[in-house]
Order: sequence, then structure tokens, then C-alpha cells
Amino acid sequence: MSETLYAISVDVNGRRRTGQVPARLSLVDWLRDEVRLTGTHVGCEHGICGACSIMLDGEPVRACLMYAVQAHGHRVTTVEGLARPDGAVSVLQDSFCEAHGLQCGYCTPGMLIAAQGLLDANPDPTEAEIRDAIGGNLCRCTGYQQIVEAVRLAAARIKESAP
Amino acid sequence: MSAAAASPRGYRYIGTKRRTKEDPRFVAGRGRYVADIALPGMKHVALVASPHAAARIVSINTAPALALPGVLYVLTGDEFCANTDSLAIGVDAPKVTRWALARGLVRYAGEWVAAVVADSRALAEDAAELVEVEYAALPHVIDPEAALAAGAPLVHPAHGSNLLYQRKFVWGPVEEAFAKAEHRIAFRAVWGRSATVPIETFGVAAQWDAGTQILDIWASIQMPKFPDQTARALRLPGNAVRVHYDVDVGGSYGVKRGLKHTVLVGYLARLLGVPVRLIEDRLENMRGGDMQGPDRFFDMQVAFDRDGTIRGLKIRAVDDVGAYAGRSPFQLGKPVTAICGPYQIQAIEYEPISVMTHKTPQEAVRGFGQAPTNFALERAVDRVARALGMDRIALRRKNLIRKDQFPYTIPSGSTYDSGDYHTVVERALAAVDYPALVHARDDARRAGRLAGIGIATCLEPSGGNSAFELLMNPKNETTTWMDSCLVRVDLSGSVTAVIGNSSSGQGHESLVSTVVGEILERDPATIRVVRADSLTALPSNSPVGSRMAIMLGGAAAGAAKEIKETLLAIAAHNFECAPQDLEYRDGSVSLKGAPDKRCGWDQLVEIAHRKFHRLPPGMEPGLQAKFVWEVPTGGALPTPDGRIHIYPCYAFEVHIVLVEIDPDTGKPAIRNYVCGHDCGVMINPDIVHGMTYGGIAHGIGAALYEKFAYTEDGQLAAGTFMDYLIPSAMEVPALAIVDHCTPSPLTTFGQKGSGEAGYLGAPAAIANAVNDALDPLGAAIDTLPMSHLAIWTAIGAAGSRPPLERPA
Amino acid sequence: MKAAPFEYARAGSVREACELLARHGDGAKLVAGGQSLVAMMAMRLLRPAWLVDINEIEALQFVAIEHHAVRIGACTRQRAVERDDALAARVPLLRQALAWVGHLQTRNRGTIGGSLAHADPAAELPLVAQVLGARVVLRSSAGARTLAADRFFAGPMTTALRPDECLEESHWPVWPERRTGSAFTELSIRHGDFAIVAAAAQLALDADGRCTRAAFGLGGAAGTPLAFPHLAARLVGTRLDEAVVQEAARAAAAETQPGSDLHASAAYRRHLAGILAARALRAAHAAALAR
Repeated sequence: MSETLYAISVDVNGRRRTGQVPARLSLVDWLRDEVRLTGTHVGCEHGICGACSIMLDGEPVRACLMYAVQAHGHRVTTVEGLARPDGAVSVLQDSFCEAHGLQCGYCTPGMLIAAQGLLDANPDPTEAEIRDAIGGNLCRCTGYQQIVEAVRLAAARIKESAP
Repeated sequence: MSAAAASPRGYRYIGTKRRTKEDPRFVAGRGRYVADIALPGMKHVALVASPHAAARIVSINTAPALALPGVLYVLTGDEFCANTDSLAIGVDAPKVTRWALARGLVRYAGEWVAAVVADSRALAEDAAELVEVEYAALPHVIDPEAALAAGAPLVHPAHGSNLLYQRKFVWGPVEEAFAKAEHRIAFRAVWGRSATVPIETFGVAAQWDAGTQILDIWASIQMPKFPDQTARALRLPGNAVRVHYDVDVGGSYGVKRGLKHTVLVGYLARLLGVPVRLIEDRLENMRGGDMQGPDRFFDMQVAFDRDGTIRGLKIRAVDDVGAYAGRSPFQLGKPVTAICGPYQIQAIEYEPISVMTHKTPQEAVRGFGQAPTNFALERAVDRVARALGMDRIALRRKNLIRKDQFPYTIPSGSTYDSGDYHTVVERALAAVDYPALVHARDDARRAGRLAGIGIATCLEPSGGNSAFELLMNPKNETTTWMDSCLVRVDLSGSVTAVIGNSSSGQGHESLVSTVVGEILERDPATIRVVRADSLTALPSNSPVGSRMAIMLGGAAAGAAKEIKETLLAIAAHNFECAPQDLEYRDGSVSLKGAPDKRCGWDQLVEIAHRKFHRLPPGMEPGLQAKFVWEVPTGGALPTPDGRIHIYPCYAFEVHIVLVEIDPDTGKPAIRNYVCGHDCGVMINPDIVHGMTYGGIAHGIGAALYEKFAYTEDGQLAAGTFMDYLIPSAMEVPALAIVDHCTPSPLTTFGQKGSGEAGYLGAPAAIANAVNDALDPLGAAIDTLPMSHLAIWTAIGAAGSRPPLERPA
Repeated sequence: MKAAPFEYARAGSVREACELLARHGDGAKLVAGGQSLVAMMAMRLLRPAWLVDINEIEALQFVAIEHHAVRIGACTRQRAVERDDALAARVPLLRQALAWVGHLQTRNRGTIGGSLAHADPAAELPLVAQVLGARVVLRSSAGARTLAADRFFAGPMTTALRPDECLEESHWPVWPERRTGSAFTELSIRHGDFAIVAAAAQLALDADGRCTRAAFGLGGAAGTPLAFPHLAARLVGTRLDEAVVQEAARAAAAETQPGSDLHASAAYRRHLAGILAARALRAAHAAALAR
């Protein structure tokens, strides 16, 4: 009684990744266990904690609430894909370091995806908008304070360096 | 933003803003958590859990599960419990045995009954569903008072009762204080069952190497004596277990003492000869992971005079540990170290009572019982103020220990090392602009909302000395509570520090590199911190009880100092002078008054490693030092009347919070939050602030949102994140911290611990704010969490509920 | 929390989806956004033998603004609807309600049709559908039928959808009155959580400020979202003064059949029903007055 395997091809961080996956393999499990991009984390598997957040076609979604088969033909960005083309971390990632917007790092990849999604749509967010954008990402270490500061810092730095 | 004190005493690195060493790998998604570790041929575990709160296991049929392709093994309690030893219990209750799998009896809904090992987690879950367990349900009890009553169903029949521990401590002239005091009050404060619930569940992977006879373990662990207890339970010699500490732990804040998971997985790995991994899914974690928290009510009596002087306290604390206990009863003992809080209370009676019920077991939660105790104390103080019609701040000022009274010994025997509580209170009041806050509250009230200000002043004992164990179990004479660090400088002159514990976000690599850099006057960015494994590590008691800044910081400093002394001795020998004629600067040594007579870092390193002929006689070649030290104030046994000095250092926090409540819905909202915090010298302010903010958020959860609620038939009703409500960035407001620094005289740099900060005072402050808001209605709530329903019910019960809303 | 095994089919068209449903009967479930379904499958509360994925059917992703109604394809993402200004101008309640639906990630993937088909009695979109009298088009291999919301929602998580039917589109009435105002409010414990109770209201006023049309309803207060057309009718002709609003809210609350759970008792829900209904009416009134 082996499970049917489905062929998938997904653009992950700009690279085509293929696989033969059972239908029930979640997108987050495929990314972590098959593609070996372990930066995206599993926290609840029922769509609440946000640790599994990735970008699907450029918008943050919960990868635990999608099956890998559903990602066939789509574009996925994980935390590993946030770095700049030259390999350096993004302004947002660096701002998290500068403001110490993390501690254990477990919620961080999902948090970065949500924050990046915000900055992509709204480069000059208010504090309320930042909190709303990360409202679906739970953190137990930071109390969110330094995360909000990190996103604000990133927005300011991006604005400053804009032509 | 916080108003940080400037780096005190002109430290170069300590106390300055520095990026941490850990953050870069985490923002890049390059952490290495247990779930990231894939061992070749690794198999996966899923658990079969009891649906009953109490039952006898009649039979287990594993055949249908084993028939599923991809399933290797199904382990039941009969086999497992016969081949491993029971996990240790801290109090003297040898009949309260405990294993990862139930045998004969199940004692809580969610208890693990069988473990399935399969090629994938998904297959293991499929197979787990096919295991047929026949149960005969038994009567159960989930209320601790009912559990103590005669005729209650026994959780552990062999133990003879559901009482795990009880003792009445009397410190000071309590009856006299109560007899002479002008007033007294009595009330019950209830701390609901909540816990830290990290976003990463517990995970462990184990691999047995038959060739070397070593069991390798990677675990998401935060626990002292973990390798030893694992080995013991598996009936292996201690040096057959190798725990890898270089695993990133995704948050713990106390609870990740997954000994039972580890013994289970270790046993399977040895038995099956393949690597085995268990990553709890969230359902297993919430119900069967045994990581729930204190579940406690306090019957408080306070004796006081009309001028506000608190003369005495009587505290009866009943805590429901659930169906099994490890060290959880000790969470009633640790608060003895600060049983009177920051106040000059001379007479205290404390009766801790630890009870078992048919619920998921409790584990160590941030503060180890201090947060619930502080909540009860601060509710008591506010109630005293209300009884006297006295301002709550004035009452606290009157009773707070004064700066000139330190070191201050409290009736239960601990001595508070240093503090200036009144100044921290002043600074916090100034930072929040207290008069403006009062106006804001009153404006809100005038606009028809309920609004209240809450204040809490409390202590964060730090230094993780577990002397409370001795208090609660005279058979236990553990008085050693050490930590260690090895520092080595290699041939190329780079510095490496070696530590022997795992970390879960506290920034230990940053801590150690900063401390070593400070002593050696070398840039911490160049100092590498690595983790030994349990076979190669120096002894550590792991990060618990806010101890690492003190203990690991102290050990790192000690080792670095020895390196520095070695360098001075080498230079002295080569210059043929005494060490006191020399000056050490940035790793180089020169003769005082003759700076050109200088031996640079590289030269000194070369002499140490290569030029034996230039080494002082008798000196060890190479350049390395280990430092192992005992916690300051450790080493003593309690007096017969139960007095002992427990924790060495005492950080202080004052929380000031403004809460508004919608009177028609009961919905609370935090409008303003300031925390004054004094943890002595902060080694890395960003790290300390981060943990304090996190602790406050955690406290907001415990105060308003989080509860492991049970139904009448012993089922966990809040078993997913849909019902166990962790606050998000929308529930946690902007937080402000005001720092103050009264250094500890006991530590290297004056640092006190602060890993538990924020959590120890936030629930108390928020409870006081909500009560201040309800006070005009004549309502009160002394039970946490103060859910929307509970607040609305209290408003309604007060009888002065406003009519179906007035328009704005 | 891995789902039980299932087979997967990606439908390229609505016709194909219906054929698959017909073929597999009760053993098949449609998946759109998956924000509710996939979580339930992870907890093995649902174990369909076949999952028919309709996310890739372009024909189901559209917003068509017509004169009397806005038609929205079933797989249109909630976020797309939230962002659509033209749509918000015509059916403002949708944007107002969507602000309360989950979080960013939820709305980026969740669909309009999915939320309606899931029919959680506390969900925001079903409430708006009920209040506005939205209609849904249900298609099977045999053809299509259109149902009004009050015929579509049958009970908790239960709709009139037959096992071989796919919800194809929803039609949301546009009120032509210039002075139309609407409001959506709810009480949830945390931001983005399921509503304990939700309330929606839409009113139209004439030039003198008299109500010419009204609709309001409550979610989370019964087995389906509730609309109160008979109570709303009594608002017509009034100026919606405080007494009138309170009476309507009280009457609505009296008609609720709320349940009890961990977070709210039935009494608390009934109380909230009255409070929130009044708040929604007041806010809708204020919005209409401002036009």
C-alpha cells in the first residue's frame, strides 16, 4: 500500500527544484526534508504560529497549510532566498541583527518573510502596520519589541539608500 | 526604547551595545535545531496516547500497526519499563515512579502508551492509529483539593495518597506578629496552569554506535544533569552517553527537560541499531510532553498596622503537579529564596503543598515558581493598600527594603546581595510620567471605559543555586552547583572558549566572548565560543534559574584571568622582573615606565607554545586555562527550622502598567507599560532587554490569555494553538524598560542574572491594573488568567454593570 | 500532525473538478485556500480519499463589477478582494469584514469561495453573505444552480453543497443608494482569532437622514450566521436614534442561540450579540450620515 507519488517542479529561491512527492507531504516538510532548506521551521502544523511562513509567488503564506504538490509550477521564496544576489544578507536581515530582533531564532525565518512581505507592499510602515503584518507570527523570546524596532530600522535604511 | 545606563566602570566591551554572535546564523536560516539533523538511516517516532484521564491498560495489540509497511517496531510500557529505570523524582517519594510509557495504569489523558518507529513520521502516525489499546476507565480526580480529600482516587496507589509534599515553615515570630498587628486580611490568589510553550516543540535524536558503545544524543534540551540521568535510566555508564550541546534550541524558558523523550528514543536507538528521532508534534507536546506549568492557589493572610507596615505573612500554597513529578514540586521551594519579596517583612509562615492529579505533568517554568508567588504577594500588597485606603505606591515605599539595609537577610535565610529599590521605583515612575498616567486613567474612566493602573515591585532571584532541594528533601545533600569554562589560545594566537551547555536564545556565545575579551583586552569578535559535548565538557549545571551571566560569566572570567596571569608570568620571567613591574594592555605586556621593553601577544603565544626554554620553570606548556567554580553562597545545609541561603543575587523589577477594559465586552487592552529593571551590570544590554521584553510578553500571556484548561472528565480542552492563546504583536503593546544598576558584590563584574526578568512581575502588575480598573464597580479578580469571560463575569457579578451601552 | 494518505488531482477547469467530484463521491473534497481544510486534515479530523485542487482554475479567479452586483470567482484570494478599491466602493462590507479575517498569510492564500463553503458560523464572510443576501452559484456535471445565502448555510460547517458540486462564484448585491454606510465589528480574544461574536450592518439614508433600507446580522451566535430582515425592516423610516438601535440590537440578541465553549459562555455570547449589533448599526449609521 505505497502512496502515489506526484512529480513536481517548483522555483525555489530562483532555482528549479523537482521532486516526486506523496500528496500529503506538506510544502514545509518538502522544503525542509527533501530540498534540505531547513531555514523554514515547523511550530504547530495547524496554521497559527507562522514559523513556516514562506513567500508563494511573492506573498507570505503558511507552508504548513499547503501540500508540496500544490506548489508545482509556482515560485517559492524561503529565508534562504532573502539574501542579496551577492550572498550578503538583506538590509532587513541585517537590521534584525543590529536591533537584536531575535533570540532563539526559531520564529525568525517566518518573521522575516512576513516583514519582507510588508516592506515590499509598504516601504514606510507605521508601528501599528508592522505589528499587524507580523500579527500572524508568534514569538516567545522577544516580546516583539526589538522585532518591531528591527523592521522600523530596515525601512529607514532602505528609504535612506533609495535613489 | 529603553534608557540604558552607560557602561559602568569604564568597561570596554561589557555593557556596550554589541551585535551578538548568534544572530547572523539565525537570520540566514542557518540554525541547527534537532529537526534539522538528518542522520543516515534515521527512523521516526510517533506516540499512541491514552484518551482516558485514568484507566487500567487491559491489553495492547500491536499487530495491525506492525503489519503496515515501513513500520519497524512498536514499543509498549511492559517492555520499556522492564528494561529502563524510573526517572528520578526530586522529593522523597520513591513509590511515585515514572517512565515515558505507561505500564498497567494510565494517569492522564494524553499519557503515552506506545511508541511506533517507522520510516517516516507520517507512516508512524498511520501505524499509531492502528495500535489497539483496550482500557478499563477508572475514577479520576483533577482538582487538587478534591485530590487531598479522603477517598479520592489515587494517582499512584503505591504512594498511598495524592500528597507529594507538605511542610509548614515558620520563620520569625509569626503568631506574635499576627496577634499584635492592628489589621489583617485573608484572600485566595489563583495562578492558572500555563507554561512557556516554546514555538519549537521538544525533539531528540539518538544513535547507538555498537563499535564504540556510545549513545550519541542531540536534543532540544535545557536541563541540568541531563546526560547523567539519561545514562542512569538507560542503565548505561555515564561515559557511554554523549550529549551534543551544539544543537540550537528553539526556546525553552525552563520546560525543555525532555528526559522521558530521551530515554525512550535512546532505548529504541540501542534496541533497533538505527538512529531514531522523535520530534513532538504540537498535539503530543501540549498533552503528553509533560511541559505544563505551575497550577497553584495561595491562601494568603497578611497582618499589618494602620500605618501600612506589614508585620507578617501566612502563605499556604497548594500546587497541582499533575500525574507525575520530576523536579516540579521544587517550584514550591525556590520562592523561599524571596518569600517576602522586596519587603521588610519579619515574620513569615509558608506551607507549600504539592499534590498529584490526573493531569499532564508540570515542568520547570521560567522563574521556577517565583512568578506565581510574586503575583500572590503583590495582590496581597494591593489589598492591604485598599483596606487602609492608602496609596499603593506609598505602601510599597514604606515596606520596601532600603538601600542602606543591604546585604539584607530575610527570615527564611537568604541574603539579598544588593539593591536600591526606591530609586528604581522613582525612575520608573518618572519614565512613565506617573501623574500623566493617572490623568490618562481618569480620562478613560470619564469617557465610560474601565481603566486601572497596576504596580508591581518584585524580585528576580538569580544564580540558580538549587538549595531549595535540600529544604524539601533532607535525603538530598546536593550543595554543589557549579559552572565552568575552558579558554585556550592556540598557536596562531586566536582565542577559543569552550562551554558545556546548550543554549536557547540567551546568547551565551556572546556572553562568554564579551567577558573573555574584556579580561584579555582582545576584541570579542575575534573570540570563538564552541561547545563541548558531555564527554569532553567541564561540569555545568546548564542555563536555569537566571544563572549563566553569573556562573558562566564568572567561569569565563576566571579562566581568562588565569590566561592573563600566565602571560604576565611569562613576560616577568623573560624580563627577569616581578609581575607587578609589568603592565598588560590589549594582550601585550610591557615594563612599567619602559614601554619599548615589550612582549607582544604573538611573542607571548609563541613562547607558551614553542619556546619551552623561555617558559618559567614548572609552567605547563601551551596557553589554556580551565575554571570551575561553585555558586557563591552555595555549600551549606539548611537549619532544622528550614532556613537556608538559596540564590546569591537578586535583581529587582518594578512594573507600571495602564490597562483599559471595555465595560461592555470585558476586553482588556494594555495602553502603557514601563518596567524599571535592576540586574546589576548588564554584560550585553540588548540581550538583557530582549529577554526582559520577552518575559513581559510571556507574563501578559499568563495574565490574560493562556491556560491549559481541563474539562470535568480530565480532557485537555486547550490542546492546540487555537485554544491555548499565545499573545501576538497585537496583544503585546510597546514596552519600555528603564535600567538601573546596583552591582552585586558577589560576582566578577557586578552582574546579576536576568533570564527570567519581566515574567516575574508582569502578571502581578497586570492583575493589579485590572483590579484597579474594576475597583470602582466593587469587583475584583484574583484568578489568572483574567480572560475576557472572567473579566466580563466579574463586572456583571459586581452588580453595577452599566446598561446596554451608552453611546460615545 | 501529518494528514492521512490521500490522492490528489489538480483540476484544470470547473468541469473537470465536477467530474472528479462525481467520480469519487463522498470520498473527495475540494481544496481552495486550504486555511481551514488543511489544518483539519493535519489533525486527521478530515480524511478525504481524494483532494481535488481548484486553485489553478483561472476561470475561478476574477472580480467582475456589474451594475447590481459584484461577482467574485470562488478561488479569488481574500487579499485580492481586500485590495480592490472599485469593489470596496460598491460592496464596502467585504473590505471591512476581511480586515478581521485571520492574518496576512491567511488572506494571501484563503479564498472567498472557500470561506463560504467552509461555513464556520463565526466566520466573517458568511456573515456578510447572509446580511447582504449574497447568492452563490453551485455547479455540478448536471449543471448549475444559484442559491441565496440563507438557503446555502444549513448549519455549523454545513451547506447545501452536494458532494458533487463546486461553489463556482458568489454574487454580492450592490446598493444603489448614494447614502449607504456599512460597518463590521467583532469580538475575538486575540487579533485575527475566530470571532466569539461578529456583527455586520448596512444602512441607506435619504437626504433627510431617514433610513430607507437596512440590513444587519450576527455571526458566532447560532449554528449559521444570522440576518434579521424583519428587525431591519423596522428600522426603515426611522432616524436610527439610540432607542431604536438598542431595541433592534436587543431583539436580535434575543433571537440568537449561542453555544458555550472554552472562551465564551452562551450568556456572554448573547450579551455580546446585543452590544456588537448596536455598535455595528451605530457605525453604519455614522458612515451613511457622512455621505
